[in-house]
Amino acid sequence: MTEKATMKSTLKALLYMAPMLSIIFTFNIYPIFRSFMMSFYAEYNFFQNTVGRYGLDNFQEILTDDQFWLAIRNTFIFVLGVVPTSIIISLGIALMLNKIKLLSSFFRSIYFLPFVTSTVAISIVWSWIYHGRYGLMNYFLSQFGVDPIAFITSPDYAMLSLVIMAVWRGLGFNIILFLVGLNNIDENYYAAAKIDGAREMNRFFHITVPLLGPTTFLVSVMGVINSFKVFDEVYALFQSRPGPARSALTVVYYIFQKFYEENQYGVAAAAGIVLFLIILVFTLIQMAFNKKFVHY
Amino acid sequence: MEEIKEKDQPIILKKRSLDKTVTISSEKNELILKSFAYIFLTIGALTMLIPFLWMVSTSLKTPAEAVAMPPVWWPNVLRFDNYVRAFEVAPFGRYFLNSVLITTVSTLGELVTTILAAFAFSKMNFYGKNILFTGLIATMMVPSELLIIPNYLTLSRFGLINTYSAMIVPYLASVFSVFMLKQNFESVPNELYYAAKVDGSSDFNFLWTIMVPLSKSAIVAVTILKIIGSWNAFMWPLIVTNDRLLRPLPVGLQAFTTEAGTHFELLMAASTIVVAPMIVIYLFLQRYIIMGVSKAGIKG
Repeated sequence: MTEKATMKSTLKALLYMAPMLSIIFTFNIYPIFRSFMMSFYAEYNFFQNTVGRYGLDNFQEILTDDQFWLAIRNTFIFVLGVVPTSIIISLGIALMLNKIKLLSSFFRSIYFLPFVTSTVAISIVWSWIYHGRYGLMNYFLSQFGVDPIAFITSPDYAMLSLVIMAVWRGLGFNIILFLVGLNNIDENYYAAAKIDGAREMNRFFHITVPLLGPTTFLVSVMGVINSFKVFDEVYALFQSRPGPARSALTVVYYIFQKFYEENQYGVAAAAGIVLFLIILVFTLIQMAFNKKFVHY
Repeated sequence: MEEIKEKDQPIILKKRSLDKTVTISSEKNELILKSFAYIFLTIGALTMLIPFLWMVSTSLKTPAEAVAMPPVWWPNVLRFDNYVRAFEVAPFGRYFLNSVLITTVSTLGELVTTILAAFAFSKMNFYGKNILFTGLIATMMVPSELLIIPNYLTLSRFGLINTYSAMIVPYLASVFSVFMLKQNFESVPNELYYAAKVDGSSDFNFLWTIMVPLSKSAIVAVTILKIIGSWNAFMWPLIVTNDRLLRPLPVGLQAFTTEAGTHFELLMAASTIVVAPMIVIYLFLQRYIIMGVSKAGIKG
């Protein structure tokens, strides 16, 4: 590094950081503390911005609210539906992309395409594909003799529809991370194994699989964290409703409803804190794992 | 001598033939594996593309063609008129301009704030540097959904709800971008920095004339990721806008689902309008996007 820290250099650095820090403090750091405070607002007047009383009322309310538990349950089902499926498919695709040379980057571009496109627009396209009468999906299924399914309007299929779309959308991102992971595996391991006469299968299970472990873990945790925050997809796929009979009510959707539709700021903040704690657990697991197993 | 040679030869031959069969069978395996890979990858790629193709195809159909069963894969006459209709039925022109404005201003603003900050973190030494940086990184763990409620209240105190500022100001800086640029700035050799200083160049000058051009690809990557994020942002603009004319594209599109009713061809035309600009950017600059995403992922 350059010179030693002095009063002068500190002032200068602060000057350089001032625009960034003022934004981040106002909109990223202060709100974290404010949310914690708000979750304990038992009585709050929005118009006068006065707090009548602090207490655990909000937490009590969400923890006894069936809707909140439904949201937690749905979100876990969503995460369990999306993450493993996505990992398996994207790992498979990444391995294949790694195997072929010709057209590899062409395919990669296609798989990654949904990542750059608006979730809302894509969800609307999917709701058209899922359409009960005119949808492409039902036409496709009818070719195999399957009766039309009300993907969007039946509570039994809403979550499945959401999961399929989310897997489709998230593949590209995971594939990129897996490709980076595969790229980081030293070619010498394969060369050495080849000299020792290890066959393709053996090389795969004894080199690729263990060395891809950390990447797989990273991709899973990121997938879990991102899937916990699902909202746009639900809102757009089910025409600004949390799915038929609330079958796709997720935690963020619950927060949104409490905050935006019912103006219950304290309750929404409390639900936000619960979301934060759930995500924090996964983040900490990831950090602990990185410290222990990942050395690059 | 003769005897030895005769003894040797079959062994050599045998060894050679053995080698040959091994390579042939593994080459054959390789070929089969690769063919399977191509078949699967093609099916997968089609699955990825079908929603986009179906969107564009529907957007060019007549209302009758749109709901025809069996489906019309590609309309005989391309009805570009649907796009004109979409712009007439809802103010998509206005939505588009709103999106352009919000994306441009917040991206440029973020670039300035984060380049300055990343420079301070990478080339200056100051008290509390490590604590501050760690603290900033820690804020990335907090889901942005948690910040929505207090930010809404903050902006309403300033009277900024239902303004462009509400959609721009909170996004004028990003810890993620600072982190990405800092990594890159650090790779610019300190010797360059000293040399510039000796030549009497100010830090500010050095940053914009040497550091920034040298870190072009990282800056482009950060910029494009920001553009994509900003263009596609939905929940926050939805919350802070009541006025129809302030809506950016995704919010306008979502509202259009009720306005369009059963006119799927118009809905798909509108969706195409929202999606197309990012696809164009992606086609030209995907190298940077993928670079940015892989770096972002690895940081963990």
